[in-house]
Amino acid sequence: MANLASNFVGIKSPNPFWLASAPPTDKAYNVVRAFRDGWGGVVWKTLGTDPPVVNVSGPRYGAIHSNDRRLIGLNNIELITDRPLEVNLREIKEVKRDWPDRALVVSLMVPCEEHYWKDILAKVEETEADGVELNFGCPHGMSERGMGAAVGQVPEYVEMVTRWCKQHTRMPVIVKLTPNISDIRTSARAAHNGGADAVSLINTINSIIGVDIDNFAPIPTVDGKGSHGGYCGPAVKPIALNMTAEIARDPQTRELPISGIGGITTWRDAVEFMTLGAGNVQVCTAAMTYGFRIVQEMITGLSSYMDKHGFTSVDEIVGRAVGNVTDWQYLNLNYVAKAKIDQDSCIQCGRCHIACEDTSHQAITSMLDGKRHFEVIDAECVGCNLCVNVCPVENCITMEPMLAGVDPRTGFPITGEYANWTTHKNNPMAKAFVPAEPAE
Amino acid sequence: MPSHLPDIASGRLSPDEYAANFLDIHPPLDHHQAIVEADRCYFCYDAPCVKACPTSIDIPLFIRQILTDNPEGSAETILSQNILGGMCARVCPTETLCEEACVREEAEGKPVKIGLLQRYATDVLMDERGEQPFARAASTGKRVAVVGAGPAGLSAAHRLAMHGHDVVIYDARPKAGGLNEYGIAAYKAPDDFAQKEVDFVLSIGGITVERGKAIGRDVSLAELRQSYDAVFLGMGLAGVNALGLEGEDLAGVADAVDYIAELRQASDLATLPVGARVVVVGGGMTAIDVAAQSKRLGAREVTIVYRRGQEKMGASEYEQDLAQTDGVVIRHNAKPKRLVTEAGRVSAIEFEETRDDGGRLVGTGVTFTLAADTVFKAIGQTLVPAALNGSAETIALDGGKIRVDDERRTTLPGVWAGGDCAATGEDLTVAAVADGRIAAESMHTALSTSSVAA
Repeated sequence: MANLASNFVGIKSPNPFWLASAPPTDKAYNVVRAFRDGWGGVVWKTLGTDPPVVNVSGPRYGAIHSNDRRLIGLNNIELITDRPLEVNLREIKEVKRDWPDRALVVSLMVPCEEHYWKDILAKVEETEADGVELNFGCPHGMSERGMGAAVGQVPEYVEMVTRWCKQHTRMPVIVKLTPNISDIRTSARAAHNGGADAVSLINTINSIIGVDIDNFAPIPTVDGKGSHGGYCGPAVKPIALNMTAEIARDPQTRELPISGIGGITTWRDAVEFMTLGAGNVQVCTAAMTYGFRIVQEMITGLSSYMDKHGFTSVDEIVGRAVGNVTDWQYLNLNYVAKAKIDQDSCIQCGRCHIACEDTSHQAITSMLDGKRHFEVIDAECVGCNLCVNVCPVENCITMEPMLAGVDPRTGFPITGEYANWTTHKNNPMAKAFVPAEPAE
Repeated sequence: MPSHLPDIASGRLSPDEYAANFLDIHPPLDHHQAIVEADRCYFCYDAPCVKACPTSIDIPLFIRQILTDNPEGSAETILSQNILGGMCARVCPTETLCEEACVREEAEGKPVKIGLLQRYATDVLMDERGEQPFARAASTGKRVAVVGAGPAGLSAAHRLAMHGHDVVIYDARPKAGGLNEYGIAAYKAPDDFAQKEVDFVLSIGGITVERGKAIGRDVSLAELRQSYDAVFLGMGLAGVNALGLEGEDLAGVADAVDYIAELRQASDLATLPVGARVVVVGGGMTAIDVAAQSKRLGAREVTIVYRRGQEKMGASEYEQDLAQTDGVVIRHNAKPKRLVTEAGRVSAIEFEETRDDGGRLVGTGVTFTLAADTVFKAIGQTLVPAALNGSAETIALDGGKIRVDDERRTTLPGVWAGGDCAATGEDLTVAAVADGRIAAESMHTALSTSSVAA
């Protein structure tokens, strides 16, 4: 069993798996259950000012399912905690007292005036909580009142509020970012400039999850009407991974710690986020789908992975893939790969053929000597990988790099030399040949 | 052989046992099960399952329509190729047709349950919409006679009616449906499905059924050719192969098809007598159906004896397994040699073991005897050509069945044929439906382009 202990901006937890600020962390009852099952920490559901907000009493969630009703994406129109501030603060204090080894961070969202932030920070400090997370992310409801994503979408506000908070508390300040912007780096830089100890991302994505096509209303429908909500779950992971990597490789924010959020369901998802720069991860939808016990799979999976790679600390994983995330212009245009179909494992479904024939490069046969037979035509294959992705059989189609010889499609010899778009003759902006990606 | 009284009795089981034994053998999928199963389909290119279907149903498309919650559209896809898609979903040996070809069979030995999905879609359409999705074209004024209201005849009649021709079906039995009504095992099509489907097919309109009218008895082929613009022969096989043994006409020896028909028509299975020891001679689906149903009626020992090896049996392995699970014993490589009779009825049957001598079946001289209260003959049915006599010209046969070309035309002008009575290959419900449709399209072309000489 590897040592999974985590230290994120000074906040210690026995493992890097935290529950994100959301319904699962709204009450001591839930949080204690989560700690019993092994979660390393929680971000308590967002506190606001009294009187508390009021949530709808109709459906608050909508989902996208696979055909066997696996939950792939979830959206919600729930607001921040609707319990009195005093109740939440008392419970936070009790839980932290009873579970001192677990991370307990408190999410906050109050109006954009300094005194509101100053007041609530003082109250949170009294609970002995480990830190605060500023909720600049929720895209629905609260944003109509000038909070949540309405703040997160304006870099100046992000910086301003972050600075207030850093001034008024000794606790670490994590800034939770909204993905509903055009360039996540701008938000992260603003948080960084405001003095944030870390950013966490992504919050949910603006969404209408579906439409009731018989009653002509968005889902979830509250008395005949629907409102856009926040989208999360496995479907958003690719978006979150990219935003994490963008911040991790931005020269201005590369030292800024990141708490990764967005569709993390398994240990493998968590490791992916960490390799792209996340110091720890936060989970919500997976717990809301399966219950808290999933963390046990995450803990054992991460441990096995670390043992396999000989990692003795989770920090050794953090950022390991960042150096391999680059701009398209630096990809090696001399690299040539061809699809190869393993005839022994091919089950003859023909999906590779029709995908390539109808929509791509006409590079896979359907017949050979009058018989059903699927084989790559190297002279046509551009190495796009579509056939690999549509093949239902694992490892039946693989991409094989060409290491020598001549590419039968282009007639160009395989030289093994690196050359990218920046120096390509077809590029009107081509620079002089540089043999490798510029060192940063 | 010890002397014994024949033990043939009805009411061997409790009402609950009868009900349980003759329940739907493959319970239908519910909505969620259908979606999950449909999701397993890979939507193959040039799908092998379609090629394996005698009626060439666009299986990937109909499954995708189920997946997208369009079961009625799915049923239309099925029924446009096979109007008896509901019955075929129940009785097709899918394990040797579409499901054997399914790439998931190759991949993991678990094909997509195409038959059950087809049943799901057709059930939704028939139960919920009730009416069929096809309408008749404007009347052509042409009249077509169809002989036999079985799968081939119904299929032909429906397609002809759809094209605007007026159809009269002549059928020898009191009910339409052919083997769907009088053959096949009861647990494959419970709840009177065969008649529901007949009603569904006929609801297109333009089809009259003359029940109890047999060709060669009540109506002649010559008359039909005279009176109608075209004739389709789909009357099946009325004759039954004989064992060729002395005593074959004694009590205790019966045709399997007759017993199955009796069972299918029984209003109360408890009134149907069944022997305690039943021996079935044969190796096809009829043998399996009569054996398994005898067991389910309470027979104590049921043995199928087939003259060749297991691999030569006409019944699919799946069907053999079903029968064996019911407790039926299957013995291979033995041919009937002698009926043992006692007091004017059969009491046992003696077999001689066989071996394959370069394709030729020879007896080994080793014999064994099975006590039997009932011996069922299930060694095939035959065309009774006499029924077609009376025509000025003689219809050509091929291996004892009516010779037809690719379009199911016989050698007589204006006469088409299909189903079991035609020499088209497999004796399956689905093949008969395909014949009917192919013939109807050919007839429609002929009727549309010129007047067919009668």
